[in-house]
Amino acid sequence: MSEIIETDVVIVGAGPVGLFAVFELGLLDLRAHVIDILDRPGGQCAELYPEKPIYDIPGLPEVTGQQLTDNLMKQIAPFDPQFHFSTMVNSLERLEDGRFRVQTDADEVFLTKIIVIAAGGGSFQPKRPPVPEIEHYEGTSVHYAVRKIEAFRDHDVVIVGGGDSALDWTLNLEPVAKSVTLVHRRPEFRAAPDSVNKMWALEKEGRVKFRMGQVAGLEGADGQITKVILKGSDGEEALDAGRLLPFFGLTMKLGPIADWGLNLDQNLIAVDTEKFETSEPGIFAIGDINTYPGKLKLILSGFHEAALMSQAAKRIIAPDERIIFQYTTSSTSLQKKLKAA
Amino acid sequence: MTSEALYIHVTDQHGKRHTLEALEGFRVMEVIRDWGLDIKAECGGACACGTCHVYVDQDWTEKLFAPLDEEVDQLDVTFHVEENSRLSCQLIMTEELNGLEVTLAPGTQKDSVAA
Repeated sequence: MSEIIETDVVIVGAGPVGLFAVFELGLLDLRAHVIDILDRPGGQCAELYPEKPIYDIPGLPEVTGQQLTDNLMKQIAPFDPQFHFSTMVNSLERLEDGRFRVQTDADEVFLTKIIVIAAGGGSFQPKRPPVPEIEHYEGTSVHYAVRKIEAFRDHDVVIVGGGDSALDWTLNLEPVAKSVTLVHRRPEFRAAPDSVNKMWALEKEGRVKFRMGQVAGLEGADGQITKVILKGSDGEEALDAGRLLPFFGLTMKLGPIADWGLNLDQNLIAVDTEKFETSEPGIFAIGDINTYPGKLKLILSGFHEAALMSQAAKRIIAPDERIIFQYTTSSTSLQKKLKAA
Repeated sequence: MTSEALYIHVTDQHGKRHTLEALEGFRVMEVIRDWGLDIKAECGGACACGTCHVYVDQDWTEKLFAPLDEEVDQLDVTFHVEENSRLSCQLIMTEELNGLEVTLAPGTQKDSVAA
């Protein structure tokens, strides 16, 4: 049985705009659950450029992606948002009572009146090497992460990449696997120097192999690879392989949102500029994932969109309630909400 | 403005060559994006995604600034990388680059699934 959670609002995406939406909704007494495929808040800011400075957040002359995320988490804490990390929304349907039923891959079901899509460039997923038919082997002999070391025992393992994941798993799988071959496009690595030194030491002892090149093809059948074809500067080489681990980091894909029946324009969700509502009433899209005439993909634009969206969401949830526009500087009732934590 | 206009030549993913007016100080990625060519440039120029990957014509590779470590690191996690691969968000237009010739690499289209 899935766990059923009833709520006002489900926000898809815990990037800066999704986080700030919690704040704007909270001022209007709307509680939100936030779902994100990553294991922590921040979205692109935390995943792609946590240490890079951002200069165009109003009032913050210079802030890193991670600092902005941390500040937003502090700012929204009074509204006690419920986070569901490492979770992807699988499906969405409208119920007869007008609410939405949202099902996640973590076997949770949300019943909600409002959905806010703040999914940026889409959901982060491992980059898939452009190798023909690789999808036929995924999950069986091609993996983008190591979940169980036992799945690699006594196999010829080919690991591709030059970062920490590639080097760490080269070292960790070496005692378990029949053989480990590390493949990278150059003999320099961006992984921790200590891991790199350990890898070279094992290579010297003949316990791991290193090849310079790129994966050009796979051989195998029924989900089981038998060979990995490498292309290097001195031609092709076929390596015996029972498992392949490509580590090329993450990319963003629209994912299941593409199947929700919303009007799309070049993989972006079309919205109006009054409410930032999609073609489906009750579903809003804010931040980088939406499009409208004049759209600028700026964090500050997403913040503005969150504020206007929240007004519209409140009208849907409480159609008879008079919404009195208030400022946090002067409204005692808003200040009370903000000091609740 | 007294200086002559700058141009770059960009061959898109379908093999069509475009001549685009460029502005000094702008990133080549920004020039390509501004003229409406199909370029994903997902991270917006932070050297964090590899979706503005171009091949630089061999006449030009020597004239470019050598890539910084972070660009080389990013190329490590980009596909279809060749000797003349660069990330166009790291190429800043200068007068010396007037006439630069680049080709958009596979995986740079907006609807591309493997970046």
